Amino acid sequence: MEITVRVNGEQVVRDVEPRLLLTHFLRDELRLTGTHWGCDTTNCGACVVRLDGSPVKSCTVLAVMADGASVDTVEGLAHGAELDPVQEGFVTCHGLQCGFCTPGMLMTSRALLDRDPDPSPQAIREAISGQVCRCTGYENIVRAVRWAAEKETAEETAEKEASKEEVTP
Amino acid sequence: MTSIDDSRIAGVQDPSVQIHAAPETPQGYGSMKRKEDARFVRGRGHYVDDIVLPGMLHGAVLRSPLAHARIVSIDTSAAEAHPKVHAVITGETLAGLGLAWMPTLSYDTQAVLATDKVRFQGQEVAFVVADDKYSARDALALIDVEYEPLTPVIDAKTALDRGSPVVRDDKEGKTDNHIFDWESGDSAATDKVFAEAEAAEDQVVVTADVLYPRVHPAPLETCGALADMDPVTGKLTLWTTTQAPHAHRTLYAMVAGLPEHKIRVVSPDIGGGFGNKVGIYPGYVCAIVASIVTGKPVKWMEDRSENLMSTSFARDYHMRGEVAVTKDGRIRAVRVDVLADHGAFNATAQPTKFPAGFFGVFTGSYDLEAAHCAVTGVYTNKASGGVAYACSFRITEAVYLIERLVDIVAHDLEMDPAELRMKNLLHADQFPYQSATGWVYDSGDYPHTLQVALDKAGYQELRAEQAERRRRHEAGERVDLLGIGLSFFTEAVGAGPRREMDILGLGMADGADLRVHPTGKAVLGISAQTQGQGHETTFAQIVAAELGMSPDDIEVVHGDTDLTPFGLGTYGSRSTPVSGAATAMVARKVRERARIVAAAMLEVSADDLEWNDGRWQVAGDPEASKTIAEIALAAHSSLELPEGVEGHLDASCVYNPPNLTYPCGAYVAVVDVDPRTGTVNVRRFIAVDDCGVRINPMIVEGQVHGGLADGVGMALMQGIAFDLDGNCLGGSMMDYLLPTSLECPSWELGETVTPSPHHPIGAKGIGESATVGSPPAIVNAVVDALGPYGVRHADMPLTPAAVWSAAQGRPLRTDLAIT
Repeated sequence: MEITVRVNGEQVVRDVEPRLLLTHFLRDELRLTGTHWGCDTTNCGACVVRLDGSPVKSCTVLAVMADGASVDTVEGLAHGAELDPVQEGFVTCHGLQCGFCTPGMLMTSRALLDRDPDPSPQAIREAISGQVCRCTGYENIVRAVRWAAEKETAEETAEKEASKEEVTP
Repeated sequence: MTSIDDSRIAGVQDPSVQIHAAPETPQGYGSMKRKEDARFVRGRGHYVDDIVLPGMLHGAVLRSPLAHARIVSIDTSAAEAHPKVHAVITGETLAGLGLAWMPTLSYDTQAVLATDKVRFQGQEVAFVVADDKYSARDALALIDVEYEPLTPVIDAKTALDRGSPVVRDDKEGKTDNHIFDWESGDSAATDKVFAEAEAAEDQVVVTADVLYPRVHPAPLETCGALADMDPVTGKLTLWTTTQAPHAHRTLYAMVAGLPEHKIRVVSPDIGGGFGNKVGIYPGYVCAIVASIVTGKPVKWMEDRSENLMSTSFARDYHMRGEVAVTKDGRIRAVRVDVLADHGAFNATAQPTKFPAGFFGVFTGSYDLEAAHCAVTGVYTNKASGGVAYACSFRITEAVYLIERLVDIVAHDLEMDPAELRMKNLLHADQFPYQSATGWVYDSGDYPHTLQVALDKAGYQELRAEQAERRRRHEAGERVDLLGIGLSFFTEAVGAGPRREMDILGLGMADGADLRVHPTGKAVLGISAQTQGQGHETTFAQIVAAELGMSPDDIEVVHGDTDLTPFGLGTYGSRSTPVSGAATAMVARKVRERARIVAAAMLEVSADDLEWNDGRWQVAGDPEASKTIAEIALAAHSSLELPEGVEGHLDASCVYNPPNLTYPCGAYVAVVDVDPRTGTVNVRRFIAVDDCGVRINPMIVEGQVHGGLADGVGMALMQGIAFDLDGNCLGGSMMDYLLPTSLECPSWELGETVTPSPHHPIGAKGIGESATVGSPPAIVNAVVDALGPYGVRHADMPLTPAAVWSAAQGRPLRTDLAIT
């Protein structure tokens, strides 16, 4: 079946088997190997990507179901050379060790901050509770997402202040 | 950089606890951001399954649905006729090459692909090679295997019964399921103390049966390999999920008869190991054979069920412990009897002389008069393994047993478990301490470490809250019971002294190579390998501290046998104790070479130089000094060099540790238990670790966090049980439950620092401390909570069903699905 998917902002057209999983489509067809595969049962969340903005486990989505949709993966998270604040937060707060769950955790965290810019630690725990990390014990992931939230809030406040200064010379 | 309000960070209940946001690069030790993270957060890690070679084929393994059955016939013709299939390999194919069986790491043999019988559910039977992974899996369904079912041996406790089916009838003359008997300690001296205790009025003997159930490390990345045999050069390159690339290379050479210099094993980024990736699995061997047969690169990656059902499990120790103790709480001796279920093949990865690993440290952190243990290993129709999952070679089992026993003694004597521990812990002035089973503990101040943990937890306040809850519970109020559980552990890590420790004859030393380029930047090659521990950062920090450099100027190379010196790899918390020591020593060698060159540069005698502030300096003349970068350039220049230096500063070394390192820790778990549902909530967890000198405290804390989560999993959720037909009941993540962010509390950490006296930089291992120390704390807490129900012990995993049953006085057997 031919499908058209917007992946990290770029339109791709491919002819795929109807049974092809989205995670394999990304990894094997598009060579976007940042999205990982970890179980078969939608338990681990290593494969989380954003489908039309919502985090989904791409091992449980068929590639053909993404036809006409937009898919965002970890490869599209940074803004050029500049890391997204969640990526920066994970580095700063040691929110990763082996790195295998990290792409999925980052995508979920980004989606969380997009809908709730100031999540409580408990809200962060709930947001990532469908994903497994075997290394960090989660604590530093929670700190990393809080770090990103604080940074974004501070930047937003600074921008507002700056624009105020501009209008009131 | 934005500053963070600490109060907003989960778990920062103690204002003295600082969030470890990593600072900019320090010189030498201290928290710094990890060098490896730049690629991981961008999705640019390079794991085995990410690697694609031109013309690469895909393999898949056909597995046995039965735990014990004779293979009558295997018909592969339909699979071979599949248009996308290139080859189907069976045990018969391998037998033709002499590869149907391979040696295990414990001097046993293991079937690569079954020829005669299948011996556990999930065992490898055939290997299909196809154009793509979907087609390979399609073809598995086309293979027709006829089995003649046999009675399986599932219950370890009856495996040695007369008349039990023989699992390993492939071994000539084998008529039972016995693997080994091993003992440690002084049996006669121990029996004497027990006889005295039984006779004396002021002493008692406390006995308990304790199971450490079978668990699986379940790293998020499953196991796999990509084999590429170049038919022209005869060189095999194997990218594989291994924690021990050099050991694997040597074993492939020995097993397959391939010349070792024509084998390159690469362990790229690894998505977690935890011991799961120490051994060699049949799939790896099949991928190699398939590449040789097809002349093309062949990749094999197992799926999650294959990982959980066939690769190295851990534990499965049925333990009986006895403690001789005075009625006022002085522990005199411990006697232990263990039945060890090793599955169908004895494939445990451990030093040769230690068939029960380092279980001999079961005397724990206490000063005993005598101790003895006897361990019997048996075969059953289950997956093979035994040592895996951050266990420090069975110290998990040992620590769990002694820490449960101490709590059971406290229960029976009606003593406070903290007070009982304080009364028996080793004191600082007893180190170095030789234990009753012969281990020489290097350093520690145990009562201090325990006191720090008790203070941090607010132990007395917690006991008061517990009493209040119990009062309300007894008054008929619906209230969760509070449980407070302690554990004090001593680890023995950094295997190890070559005289004592080898794996299949390979001594457990580690190497390090350090090359300093003309501009003063350096490349360090290590034989350890990282699965997330952050070696690329911490090992650079070790060199930086020794040579007055920035860690940013040191590249750490690991995991590639063509680029790094020989060594036995990363497991058993051995990287810092062994490879880290090798790194410090090789840097010191470079420093001494630099001294000779610096002397020539400064036109003084080398004896006139002292190492000060990260540079060689003329004694008494701080202006006359040279940095490593200056010296490196001179060493590569036309400067006439004195004897002892030929032209560069590069050095290599092998570190043979004189002893293990002995980290310790005191843990306090605080749990809420709903006795009506059996639900356990870990409310708080306080962990005070002493791992000697901390190279990168941020990474140390991360290691502890991860191990604590493992402890929650093992104590409350994870368990691989079997039904009596041998069906594995933990074969997927829907059945084998791993802790998520919601089961884990916000960890509260503390530290004490007692440097190792024999390690070059005073460091001890830390990777497994929390995995070892946390399960007993949590189980002790749950049992403590159930005090009003008279519960003395219940086996892990303490699922709601297990807790509820224990409260009803009917503890569950958690290893078998029987009612």
